Amino acid sequence: MKYYLMTLVFFSSFLFLNCGNGTPEKNSESIKIGTTPKSESPVSSQKTDASAMIDLNNKGVGPIKNLTLESSIDEAMALTGQEHFRTKCMACHKPDKKFIGPAPTGILERRSPEWIMNMILNPQEMVEKDPIARQLLIDHNGSPMANQSLTEEEARSILEYFRTLK
Amino acid sequence: MKTTLKLIPFFIAIAFFASCDKTSNTNKKKGALGTNAAEKVYVAPGEYDDYYAFVSGGFSGQLSVYGLPSGRLFKVIPVFSQDAEKAYGYNEETKPMLNTSHGFVPWDDAHHPDISQTNGSLDGRWVFINGNNTPRIAKVDLTTFETTEIIELPNSAGNHSSSFVTENTEYVVAGTRFSVPIPQKDMPIKEYKGNFKGSLSFISVDPEDGGMDLKFQILMPGFNYDLAHPGRGASHGWFFFSTYNTEEASTLLEVNASQNDKDFIAAINWKKAEEYIKEGKGKKVPARYAHNTYNENTHLATSTMMEEVLTLDASELPGLVYLLPTPKSPHGCDVDPSGEYIVGSGKLSANLTVHSFTKMLAAIEAKSFEGDAYGIPILKFEDVLAGVVDQAGLGPLHTEFDGKGNGYTSFFISSEVVKWKLGTWEVIDRQPCYYSVGHIMIPGGNSRAPFGNYLLAMNKITKDRYLPTGPEVTQSAQLYDISGEKMELLLDFPTVGEPHYAAGIAADIVMKNSKKIFKLEENEHPFAAKSEAETKVVRDGKVVHIYMTTIRSHFAPDNIEGIKVGDKVYFHVTNLEQDYDVPHGVSIIGANTSELLIMPGQTETFVWEPKEVGVWPFYCTDFCSALHQEMQGYVRVSPSNSALPLSWSVGED
Repeated sequence: MKYYLMTLVFFSSFLFLNCGNGTPEKNSESIKIGTTPKSESPVSSQKTDASAMIDLNNKGVGPIKNLTLESSIDEAMALTGQEHFRTKCMACHKPDKKFIGPAPTGILERRSPEWIMNMILNPQEMVEKDPIARQLLIDHNGSPMANQSLTEEEARSILEYFRTLK
Repeated sequence: MKTTLKLIPFFIAIAFFASCDKTSNTNKKKGALGTNAAEKVYVAPGEYDDYYAFVSGGFSGQLSVYGLPSGRLFKVIPVFSQDAEKAYGYNEETKPMLNTSHGFVPWDDAHHPDISQTNGSLDGRWVFINGNNTPRIAKVDLTTFETTEIIELPNSAGNHSSSFVTENTEYVVAGTRFSVPIPQKDMPIKEYKGNFKGSLSFISVDPEDGGMDLKFQILMPGFNYDLAHPGRGASHGWFFFSTYNTEEASTLLEVNASQNDKDFIAAINWKKAEEYIKEGKGKKVPARYAHNTYNENTHLATSTMMEEVLTLDASELPGLVYLLPTPKSPHGCDVDPSGEYIVGSGKLSANLTVHSFTKMLAAIEAKSFEGDAYGIPILKFEDVLAGVVDQAGLGPLHTEFDGKGNGYTSFFISSEVVKWKLGTWEVIDRQPCYYSVGHIMIPGGNSRAPFGNYLLAMNKITKDRYLPTGPEVTQSAQLYDISGEKMELLLDFPTVGEPHYAAGIAADIVMKNSKKIFKLEENEHPFAAKSEAETKVVRDGKVVHIYMTTIRSHFAPDNIEGIKVGDKVYFHVTNLEQDYDVPHGVSIIGANTSELLIMPGQTETFVWEPKEVGVWPFYCTDFCSALHQEMQGYVRVSPSNSALPLSWSVGED
């Protein structure tokens, strides 16, 4: 319910943005009713703005202030992370393609480790305050990133798993 | 006694005129704007109330949760009645909660909630409440605000003098209103006297997990046992029950049960009962009763049929029970915070009778008895009397305490609350109720440590107080400020009917323990799908199990084919959300049951038996997100002889 209200606010701001920009992007494609879309993913495969937003200095908003990664990947931790990802995240995220939410493959080339963990641990405040998180919400039809109440340790292991996805 | 009966119409007439008079005065002089009453009950948007009030729903069988002082309704907890909103008693998981020795009973009459105590103070762990009609005691867990246990009571009928806890929640105690043949048998009703019996049940409560167990029943003479309260402090170890119909009448009780000038308050020494049991004096007798428990990890209720109960016969075991003569069919039986005073409200009287625990012990010690009833000693009225609150009002019912040396008693016939002083027995103040007040409640008012700021009066009749809604009008509660010498009426608010009695507690004791989600890792439901990878559809003959998940904002699977007419389809739906306040709901067209309302991390099940070929939609029924309206799916139903195999999917993978 709270998410709904929050999302409404963002939808409203999106509408204003569109008005300002003139022609919304969606209208540039012709509408096809009654055909089966051939897109790879069940949701729209339109190019998103957030995918172009690369910012490795943005640490996001949340409990993780500074995080330095070891140069080598902790395989055991990554394996734990994969299991947490499978049970807590995969209803909305597929590793290598956009589903309800974006795919995590290559995410460390786009976002800082702190940003990733804050997005997992503190999604509500992130979409309120972080410009990339907010754009991601818009790009994904207003579908909110669910707070799965993970611990920092669990989120950290998921981050390690993400490092293996290239 | 006959004089009293004749006087009743006169009393009612007086009360009626008095009420009208007081109403008009109040409206003219004391509107909410004429005082700062509105300010005292105003809880600003986003702020919290100071108290929880758990108000029984009476014949709705539910327990409603209000905030005080605002009177705002937060939740209606289904206890003894099915609730389609929450699928309680409809989904496969909770149906066993309403099982009894008489089969599935989807309703009861819920009267007296009581909050668990530690060292005589409310600890806010559980609320217990009685079902009157098919005798049961339920336990509501205050971490989830859900009913997690119900135990049926054998040898009981009209489970009214219930459910009240001892000061360390050693027992929750329940007494029978009707006396009946024990064990039940085919016999003439006219042979009631001397043959019917009452039973008082002591249900132990596990201090760790709250598990209830019917430890023993005390068999009593065939009176009606009306209300009860535990001893506390010095009188801890005793329990007090009011009785009426000591005449043992089986017909026209309004006349025949009002013949004796005095009935009794029965004082039960339950520590003595424990001693007798240790000595092997209890008798195990056959008794069928259901014991239903809800497991928070499996999210499943199970019903177990019990086969016997331990009984103690009060007539045969000396020192177990004493009878305190109390005038005029006492109703309320209330014990003050010190445990010294036991207040009997003779409902056909204008006076309150207050017994002294110390005097009672002395009289027992001196063996100063007036006689006996079926072998149970009757103490002398004068020996045990502490005092009388004289001519306090008409039709006294119930008393609560503020912890500052005052008692507050409701008067049904004169429709008022009267404040009086313990020890001097003088009346300090009286305030009208609109109308016909039954129980009153002070948060903690039946413990060693009442909170003592507010008093809630629960009214039977509202007549002209609210906008009319046809013949059935709202029932109500009224909030009084009792922090000063005089009581002040602050607020009227409508309630779920019937607001029979309530239990209140400071909010901070309860709210810190309130659960936000169920952890997926702890979900042990046999049909749970704890990730989308675990979703599947399994056929076993004509029975089909769908292991389904929900998360904002889709079901998995959401396209299902291969279901056939004549199948019995179980939707086992697990909510994968792990965030606060994100339940999902689900139902499908034509399901002959309620929706499900699934909390984060929980699994619930409903059954659908498709009767027609077609493609039938299901959807999320609880507004969950901006894409709630997208949260839907289809089930294809083929003819019963179809060879179409089961298939399921979400997305296009």
